[in-house]
Amino acid sequence: MSDIYDLVILGGGPAGLAAGIYGARSRLKTAILQKGKPGGQAATTSDLENYPGFSRGTTGPELMGHMAKHAESFGAEIIQEEVVDLELNGDIKTLKGRSGKEYRAKTVILAPGAEPRTLDIKGEKAFRGKGVSYCATCDADFFEELDVVVVGNGDAAVEEAMYLTKFAETVTIIVIHDEGILDCNKASAELAFANPKIKWVWNSVLHEIKGDGLVESVLIKNIKTGEISEMQTNGVFFFVGTVPKTEILKGKVELNEQGYIITNDVMETSVPGVYAAGDARVKYLRQVITAASDGAIAAVAAEKYLAEEEGFKERVLNVKEPLMVAFWAPQNEDSIGAVSTLEKIASNKEGKVKLVKIDTYRNQRVAQRYDVKIIPSVLFFQNGQLLDRISGVFNEIDIIEKIANVFSET
Amino acid sequence: MIEVNKDNFEQEVLKADGLVVVDFWSEKCEPCKALMPSVHELAEKNAGRAKFCSLNIAGNKRLAISQKVLGLPTIAFYKNGEKVAELTKDFTIEDVEAKLNDLA
Repeated sequence: MSDIYDLVILGGGPAGLAAGIYGARSRLKTAILQKGKPGGQAATTSDLENYPGFSRGTTGPELMGHMAKHAESFGAEIIQEEVVDLELNGDIKTLKGRSGKEYRAKTVILAPGAEPRTLDIKGEKAFRGKGVSYCATCDADFFEELDVVVVGNGDAAVEEAMYLTKFAETVTIIVIHDEGILDCNKASAELAFANPKIKWVWNSVLHEIKGDGLVESVLIKNIKTGEISEMQTNGVFFFVGTVPKTEILKGKVELNEQGYIITNDVMETSVPGVYAAGDARVKYLRQVITAASDGAIAAVAAEKYLAEEEGFKERVLNVKEPLMVAFWAPQNEDSIGAVSTLEKIASNKEGKVKLVKIDTYRNQRVAQRYDVKIIPSVLFFQNGQLLDRISGVFNEIDIIEKIANVFSET
Repeated sequence: MIEVNKDNFEQEVLKADGLVVVDFWSEKCEPCKALMPSVHELAEKNAGRAKFCSLNIAGNKRLAISQKVLGLPTIAFYKNGEKVAELTKDFTIEDVEAKLNDLA
């Protein structure tokens, strides 16, 4: 059984790496499966100004490098592997890699992340790598002393445009809104407005990209007047949001219409033992810090799930002897009295009927599975089978009679 | 892998006989660096079938643009000095291997 991981994490961006740190530090046997180098989208962002504790001067690749080392320092394995298929139902989940290897795990955290959205503008696909780019850090070098256009006006668009001004002669941002209105944060907007290399085209969208082998010009359409104008440029950078990389998860966990993974606030997906974290999840804010936060929550939830499931299996389901399983709660006085009654009975039975106490608060999943709604409740198990139950307050005689009826040999 | 630059590109690639594979990359390009170990592995496995070169675009920007490369990662295939195929942006090492098997 040693080849079964306690936790396998799909994706090595900030969400997956944070989950790895928390998982491995809790002594879970943890693996992170990552297609290329760890770091996710954050590793392609040069300027990272708002990750707490790391003031200006930290870059995305640097921070992600530290996170990867941090996860490994606690024992998480980072494995270079692209996951091509997964089987998530059942106690043991299987992830199949492109290499042909299979990874088995008791719990899974899905952190596949997101990738830049494409607009399918005429020429966008044809000129990829020929002047059309979605990655400023990858391609900025090419545009030293040249002119580029940026499409989009959110945080990523404006911040990456600022980065591009370190290389390009001019950076023209095409904005769909009225003059002065940007979707990005105010701090970035102020910096961009003050930057002499940045030029603005308002009320406009990109209509077409033209060139002969390499990008030479763009057609820009003014949405107010409908007028189309041509502008010479050497490059076009698109930052118009992202789409989740959840294609292989379709039909495996519940996704919303846009393909984002649906979770609750402890990162549980629609499948027991499977969690999601980071940009691929339905959420309000997609940033490195919220990805890391998701990862931490998901790993802790996975650890609790394991403890609860394994604990119940070991103490109840794998036991052959007659058992009284008492569901109690420390804040419920009746249940504390009930437990002491049961302890007395168990001791009189001299080991023929044993008592297992389940703290309902810590084991909500098990309580829910057995439909335990009233505290105290006693469930009678033998050979892992639920045979009978008493819900609510009881006296000693009730239990002794029940034991006699349910467990014939005692 | 042979390091090529603006001084030896003509000799090593354009004047070379047979198949030459050129991996365009830069220090800032994370996807390039993620791909690199598997490109090196592929180069070792196919040592007799093609010449593998690596071109850091830092300092060789004009050379890259002259080869119509304006985005990373890009892997270009040359046969007898002529560019015959190119993979750019979203491609995997399996794509590179398939293309190599096509051309070699």
